[in-house]
Amino acid sequence: MKVRLRLFASLRERLGTAGEDLDVPPSVTTVGALREHLRLRGGPWADAFAPTRNVRAAVNQDMAQPAAAIKAGDEVAFFPPVTGG
Amino acid sequence: MKVSIQREDFDLGAEVRAISRHPKTGAVASFVGLVRDVRMTLEHYAGMTESAIRRIVEEARARWQVMDCTVIHRYGELAPNEQIVLVAVASAHRGDAFAACEFIMDYLKTQAPFWKKEHHAGGAAWVEARADDERAAERWKDK
Repeated sequence: MKVRLRLFASLRERLGTAGEDLDVPPSVTTVGALREHLRLRGGPWADAFAPTRNVRAAVNQDMAQPAAAIKAGDEVAFFPPVTGG
Repeated sequence: MKVSIQREDFDLGAEVRAISRHPKTGAVASFVGLVRDVRMTLEHYAGMTESAIRRIVEEARARWQVMDCTVIHRYGELAPNEQIVLVAVASAHRGDAFAACEFIMDYLKTQAPFWKKEHHAGGAAWVEARADDERAAERWKDK
């Protein structure tokens, strides 16, 4: 299943990429599962997505909880808590 | 209703006048957020930012009587004392205008995908989210 991964702010800098088109295994059906899938890449990914890190997510540009479902073609974004205003 | 995510500065007086034209409007409340003493870069999630703010504005309109409303949020490089954000709400009476303005600002702080990076003499650092901001948004849940 292909999804578009997008990364912002400190997460983007830590991982050295703003995102990629990603092919994920069929077992990855939620935001939380995708986060874990990325963490298992190791290196900076293991650190950026460590369970202790406060990482927020959006699916198709809408804030999403870890249990939110993802499907083929979705845009899934990970980022730190927002600090605008 | 106007939502604008832009690099350019804005004119508070012109924006307030633009939402004050309805004959039933009796009150306009506005909030302007400024850069404090550190130069910063504001990053945002283009596309999501505008829709997230529009959703917050719709929620405010469902709760209070709002005649018109403008939200402007800047991104890019900002120097100390520059304007970052404007929320202006026009209503028949001040109570609704004040409440809707504060609500929109509180939710924007925790829901709109912006990130501030501060540039100090020793280097740049991303601003950490504040628990106070989460609490400010939370308090509207029981109202």
